[in-house]
Amino acid sequence: MITWLTYTIAIIAGLAGLLCVVLGLIGRKPSDLTLGSAALVELLLLVQLVVAIIAPATGNNILGDPIEFYAYIICALIIPAAAVFWGLLDRTRWSTVIVGVGSLAVAVMVIRMEVIWTTVAA
Amino acid sequence: MNSTEPAAQTPSASPSPKRDAVPRISGVGRVLVAVYGILALAATGRSVTQIIGKFDEAPLAYTLSALAAVVYILATVALVVTGKTWRTIAWVTIGFEMVGVIVIGLLSVFDPQLFPHDTVWSHFGSGYGYVPLVLPALGLFWLFKQKGKRA
Repeated sequence: MITWLTYTIAIIAGLAGLLCVVLGLIGRKPSDLTLGSAALVELLLLVQLVVAIIAPATGNNILGDPIEFYAYIICALIIPAAAVFWGLLDRTRWSTVIVGVGSLAVAVMVIRMEVIWTTVAA
Repeated sequence: MNSTEPAAQTPSASPSPKRDAVPRISGVGRVLVAVYGILALAATGRSVTQIIGKFDEAPLAYTLSALAAVVYILATVALVVTGKTWRTIAWVTIGFEMVGVIVIGLLSVFDPQLFPHDTVWSHFGSGYGYVPLVLPALGLFWLFKQKGKRA
């Protein structure tokens, strides 16, 4: 994996998450901005997935447990998609908070992916 | 989510709740459901990983992980679905999580030998930002509040 890309994704997901949580708490319903931010996070995760699949071919091998890594990325991919779906169905401020919580969870999971990728499995 | 729920729902504007006709969860409680959902996903993901990859290393810990995952999924569903049975399931599963995180948390601290491999509840869920400790407490509080409202 590409370290700078991973951290960029984590930071964007973290900021998107904070934005949605704050906007939700001040009473905003899900909007193009907030749902779009989750869509962006989803897109970046797809980029991450592609990078992870291609990386070993360029000599950038995973050092940790590949099963664990892919479990993380698959779960992470489900979260923003489910959050956007939720935001479309349930048009309340709390949906915006939920979309934000989802992106924050993704931020943590992306950092965890980097750790798995770069740490030799015990 | 719930067939009895009106399509265009405005929880704050709805008339006073009547028994099980209204969704059990509305407003801020939905955030609780969402976080439960994420934890259920995380617990399932971890459990599947452990069972596929290294079940032989620690069958007890990993069986517990799988059990915890199932319980989180049940609890998530039970918070959403209405009806007396599901309310009971919500109490049982969330109560089980509360007891689980406290017992396994204490054991993992005082007798680490017993749990050399992490479970979702080891060290009170520190691997998950203590979410597994906080969540059942909030869940029980929520159920308790609901019960008060109903009575």
